[in-house]
Amino acid sequence: MDDSQRQEYWRTNLTLMAALLTCWFLVSYVFGILLVEPLNNIVINGFPMGFWFAQQGSIVTFIFLIGVYVWRMDRLDDEYGVGRQEEKRVADEVRAAREQEEGQQP
Amino acid sequence: MSDIQVWTLIWVIVTFSLYLFIAWRSRVADTEGFYVAGHGVPAVANGAAVAADWMSAASFISMAGLIAFQGYGGSVYLMGWTGGYVLLALLLAPYLRKFGKYTVPDFVGDRYSETARAVAAIAAIFVSLTYVAGQMRGVGIVFSRYVGIEIFGDAVIGGVLIGMAVVFFYAVLGGMKGITWTQVAQYSVLIIAYLIPAIAIAYTLSGNPIPQLSFGGIARDLNELQRELGFSGYTTPFTDPSRNMLNMLLITGSLMIGTAGLPHVIVRFYTTKTVRDARASAFWALLFIGILYTTAPAVGVFAKTNFIQDVNGASLNSLPQWVVDWQDAGLITIEDKNGDGQVQFAPGEASDPDSANEITPDLDIMVLATPQIAGLPAIVVGLVAAGGLAAALSTASGLLLVIASSVAHDFYYKRFRRDATEAQQLRAGRIAMACAIVVAGWFGINPPAFVGQVVAFAFGLAAASFFPIIVLGIFWKRANAKGAVAGMATGLIFTGAYILATVPDEAGAIFFGLDPFLGISPEGIGTIGAILNFTVTIVVSRMTAPPPQKMMDVIEEVRYPDPGSATTTQAH
Repeated sequence: MDDSQRQEYWRTNLTLMAALLTCWFLVSYVFGILLVEPLNNIVINGFPMGFWFAQQGSIVTFIFLIGVYVWRMDRLDDEYGVGRQEEKRVADEVRAAREQEEGQQP
Repeated sequence: MSDIQVWTLIWVIVTFSLYLFIAWRSRVADTEGFYVAGHGVPAVANGAAVAADWMSAASFISMAGLIAFQGYGGSVYLMGWTGGYVLLALLLAPYLRKFGKYTVPDFVGDRYSETARAVAAIAAIFVSLTYVAGQMRGVGIVFSRYVGIEIFGDAVIGGVLIGMAVVFFYAVLGGMKGITWTQVAQYSVLIIAYLIPAIAIAYTLSGNPIPQLSFGGIARDLNELQRELGFSGYTTPFTDPSRNMLNMLLITGSLMIGTAGLPHVIVRFYTTKTVRDARASAFWALLFIGILYTTAPAVGVFAKTNFIQDVNGASLNSLPQWVVDWQDAGLITIEDKNGDGQVQFAPGEASDPDSANEITPDLDIMVLATPQIAGLPAIVVGLVAAGGLAAALSTASGLLLVIASSVAHDFYYKRFRRDATEAQQLRAGRIAMACAIVVAGWFGINPPAFVGQVVAFAFGLAAASFFPIIVLGIFWKRANAKGAVAGMATGLIFTGAYILATVPDEAGAIFFGLDPFLGISPEGIGTIGAILNFTVTIVVSRMTAPPPQKMMDVIEEVRYPDPGSATTTQAH
């Protein structure tokens, strides 16, 4: 990937993350807690809807959200031709970069 | 021996033999295998292992009972302990895999400084050790109730020692690899053990065998039933001050952020081959966890309904058998206060003379008792006990690995013996693991009074310490060592101090029992600790010198997976 591709890749990732985290916030904190009382006036199959979001709907949505993330990121990786092989681990580079700065080479 | 004991023993022998067999097949000979299973775990298996690692004795045994008696308020556990995986999957898992070392302190230490590594390692050991003591205790209690093998004249000690021996065998021999494949088996056992009684009871109560769909109607009837007895409705929100809207928000937040910061869960994402697999593991993990977590609220409703119908108005001379059994075990208290020879269930505690309530069960018994309440055969009751053991042992082994790796890898190797050979490191890992098992067993047999409380607050501490600095370390290149150390210290000290100050003093002499500030429950304070950690890390980083350019370049590298070809020679 060149620099502009990297920026594009990262921006796509951040946009996707923001969208998914918005849904995450909505189903749990908004539907499950903040709006639970008005939503409880709607009853489907015996479930008051606010209660249902807090105990069922949020969990099902979370699974779905991660599913969307996995699917979309896999496609994105394919578009850029990355991620199909065993990753090199950058831990040692991170460490080397820090120790170089601190002047305490092992 | 009763039928239930015989069947429990059979299930325990069958499942434990399976775990030992798997452990023998997956023994390891190097540190890669010992700490991260050689980076060779497929995504589905890793997902099942994360699920078993995650779902402890608390999820399996205690959670449905808590929900049954908190109603809507119990939603904090359901949303908190699953929503954290969204954070984990989107914000941490792929990047930590790309980073690719062994432990959480590894990331903190390499990214920031040796001081930060030491603080993180101590926090990881503290969180894991308190948590693991609870698991060993759970093993001991299940054993003493259902199997009753006495060692040194005590069934709890017998259970803990047997559990220790089994974990010792597969964790010391196989490290992360042995633990991973055993956890896959343990997930299968615990989920089957959870679903069979739930489906059977759903079918009996509503005619629909799918618990997730059928408990709505039962919950509506339960609302009526509770109101008749003077309770508020089961599905009615905010009935208890510790579960008002503010606390619901904060506790859910604390559990979510804490989940995403727990070292024994994070470390599992190091074990996959590719970043792609790390992402996929998070999906499988939450799917597997979700199966139990969407069933639990149904079990809560069924258990509460059965409980009220079985005990309210029951004659003291002809109590149901399960009540008698658990009363003998000291986990149900009954007091006929008005002397009418019948049991009345009402708000309040049975031991409180001002309350009309005459029966108080220990909430931990609800899941274990439910199959018996519903009249399921002994073979199923025994299976549920084996499932509880699987949940406790799988979590214990994952936590023990974190403790062993923090001691052997982060302290011994990284701080004192940088020249240690592969064989010495592996031996250090095994010795640390063996010591951790002995310490955990000791705490399981002699639990310090405050363990129960501290386990609940391990999440708050994990939320306030690890999560913010890991996220900033990945997404904000400007975050530096001074910021991270200051942020982590602020989060830990603030959260720890608030918990010590506000937990009721009857929980132990180290708590002060002061009135909570703005009514904020100590369970939810981790959310505020995490916000403080974020703020302090950002402010202090801004005020001090940026990390070296080379470090920022490498952090940039963590964000992109490697190209699919050509550069394979770069792989470590």
